[in-house]
Amino acid sequence: MEFGYSEEQKMLDESIRRFVNSEVPLDRIRELVLEGTGYDEKIWSGLAELGVLGVLIPEEFGGAGMGFLDATIIQESLGYVVAPAPFLGTSIMAPTAILAAGSDDQKNKWLPEISSGNLKVGLGLTEVTGARENAGVSFSGGKANGKAMFVIDGECADGYILAAGKDTLVWVAAGAAGLTKTRLNTVDNTRGVVELVLDGVEAELIGTQGGEAAAVQKTVDAGRTALAADLLGTSQRMLERAVEYAKERKQFNRVIASFQGLKHTCADMAANLEPCRAMVWYAAHCQQEIADEATLLACQVKSHLSEVSTPIANDTTLVHGGMGFTDLMGLHFWFKRIGLSRQLLGSPEAVREEAAVLQGWVAA
Amino acid sequence: MDFNDTPEEAAFRAEVRGWLDANATRIDPNETGSYEMFSENDGDDVVKQAQAWQAKKADAGWACITWPKEYGGRGGTIMENIIFSQEERNYHTPQNIFGIGLGMAGPTVMAHGTPEQKAKYLPSLLRGERIWCQLFSEPAAGSDLAGLTTRAERDGDDWIINGQKVWTSGAHYSKTGIIVTRSDFNAPKHKGLTYFIVDMEAEGVDVRPIKQMTGGANFNEVFFTNVRIPDADRLDEVGNGWAVSITTLMNERMSIGSGFALGPDRIFEEFNRLAQNTYVDGIPAVENHAVRAKIAELYSRMKAMELTSNRVLSSISQGKAPGTESAVIKLAMGALNQEIAAFGMELQGNLGTEHGPQSVFNNGLFQEVYLGIPAMRIAGGSDEVQRNVIAERELGIPQETRVDKGIPFKDIPSAASR
Repeated sequence: MEFGYSEEQKMLDESIRRFVNSEVPLDRIRELVLEGTGYDEKIWSGLAELGVLGVLIPEEFGGAGMGFLDATIIQESLGYVVAPAPFLGTSIMAPTAILAAGSDDQKNKWLPEISSGNLKVGLGLTEVTGARENAGVSFSGGKANGKAMFVIDGECADGYILAAGKDTLVWVAAGAAGLTKTRLNTVDNTRGVVELVLDGVEAELIGTQGGEAAAVQKTVDAGRTALAADLLGTSQRMLERAVEYAKERKQFNRVIASFQGLKHTCADMAANLEPCRAMVWYAAHCQQEIADEATLLACQVKSHLSEVSTPIANDTTLVHGGMGFTDLMGLHFWFKRIGLSRQLLGSPEAVREEAAVLQGWVAA
Repeated sequence: MDFNDTPEEAAFRAEVRGWLDANATRIDPNETGSYEMFSENDGDDVVKQAQAWQAKKADAGWACITWPKEYGGRGGTIMENIIFSQEERNYHTPQNIFGIGLGMAGPTVMAHGTPEQKAKYLPSLLRGERIWCQLFSEPAAGSDLAGLTTRAERDGDDWIINGQKVWTSGAHYSKTGIIVTRSDFNAPKHKGLTYFIVDMEAEGVDVRPIKQMTGGANFNEVFFTNVRIPDADRLDEVGNGWAVSITTLMNERMSIGSGFALGPDRIFEEFNRLAQNTYVDGIPAVENHAVRAKIAELYSRMKAMELTSNRVLSSISQGKAPGTESAVIKLAMGALNQEIAAFGMELQGNLGTEHGPQSVFNNGLFQEVYLGIPAMRIAGGSDEVQRNVIAERELGIPQETRVDKGIPFKDIPSAASR
């Protein structure tokens, strides 16, 4: 048994951490959030130079040919600095969908462009993870109609992969005739989430019509597992900031960390977060190596990380006293990212219900 | 990331399975669970069965896989030990009452004992012939262990021990104990301690069981009145007892993962059994969304703990010392098991208040856990102690301001007042 990073993965982790810590400063996030595109050319081209945008893409399509655990290592670091970068949609979900359902032509057309950073992809899986009335996309005769809600990484995207129903995937180019994009102002805004209205938009089928339920599920699983890794990074940074602040801030002539009430709050956050790491690793491992457990673990890790991260967001803010909720401190960007990640691709309750069904929970 | 056995590990596992098949009965996965791990039945027959099983393992070389061969061990790896435990768990075997001896006392004797002490004590410990207990906590020294006041006074070749220990698991069937005492009240708190091996059948040792809320009495008070311990049974130097105690406690941390007899899959099966046969609003509980979501939540929390335990074991097997993960696991498991028990009882309605193996559902498992876990949150360091460990060692948060450092123990107000 070897439950941990390989030497190569440790190096990847170090290099991506070095990059985000130097290239994603808080001041830049402050500006980018106002823009709300979830994208920064400098960060994105830096990631392209590191060669990580094609982490899940085989070398024959210009990718790095690494594994899913490597992808979560990168996503965790992006979460750690709340990076506005469309990595989740473009580098994790889109390649998963294309590799699972796409033709060779499609793979050749899109995957090298994703690897090089030239093609950014938004993902719209409305009906799969929480449809609402009047939402949903239909596809026939080469045209897509309907409404795609909460398209992940959609604001900066050059193209979209949309689920039409639960078993069909289509590609729609940004700016196509009949396509209306509206940016959604979310609690977060480090991600550019949009709503798309499609009125007879030209669309390209990925795989077969009605035959891609497994590819859709695989894409959702990949997205949920990556969101869990993102939450792990975001929460880890919040915890660190809570501890850093508590060791500096003095009241009653003592650093506040020395008060057991606060010390134990920090310990509880660490105790709740620590076991998440092994779970993220295992869920990532399952995405690639253990097909039978991939969906279940994706559900579990997404719901678990969401539930652990929410109180960390709250308690870290509390530890900072009045400063916690000021813009000056910037802590709120982490707080907000947790708020969005928790909901995307299914809130904990909804995802748990899926897990229960997967585990065969029906009356005998 | 590789969850498969290496070829060597696979061969070892096959060998273990072969031996267990020949010597024990495999647990049928469909049989309704019993709650042996929480059983408080430790009468003579249970002790004898446990000793017989331990001796059988010792004869076959499985008793202490990581111990050196010269003391009866196998000289094996930590991973081999883990594999044996994983496999043994799948068979009906007697209760393991040797954890303190094998996991804590033995390694302490190995680290600090003289060659004579090792030769005298380790073989019978390993075979389970002499069961060991750990005499650390005192009525006024719990979380503040180093504040202990059991007195050791030198008298020729002997030491004379007076004082009281408490929460001593298994003292009532133990023949030998490890005890930390105060031999110098003028030295600073942590410097005046001395550590001994004590014969629990010596004159002046009085063991009084403490009846617990479960009805069992596994812990004891142990009173020492002019008990003589030969100086030959002192472990390490006079005044070095704190360092020896740390060795014992560090080994306690290594025994991580052993508390997973009720792992996530077992818990899930028990809940499934229960939710098929209980009802919410007239429909089976298993079909109620809130019930399903709650159980899925408990399952994933337990799964995270199991995976973390595996991660620690993997790291230990590569020769790394465990960090604060054992504190994390202990802290989380206490509260989590209490939630599991409470929810299991809730699903049963009024029947959830029945206690004992004749209970209608799950042989009363959830009720037994409910009553048994409060002790688990205290034993081996309370939740608050675990939080301090995590905060200080993992997060680098400073210790509380200490008023007891560097001054003679007798001058510390709380100690002097006793």
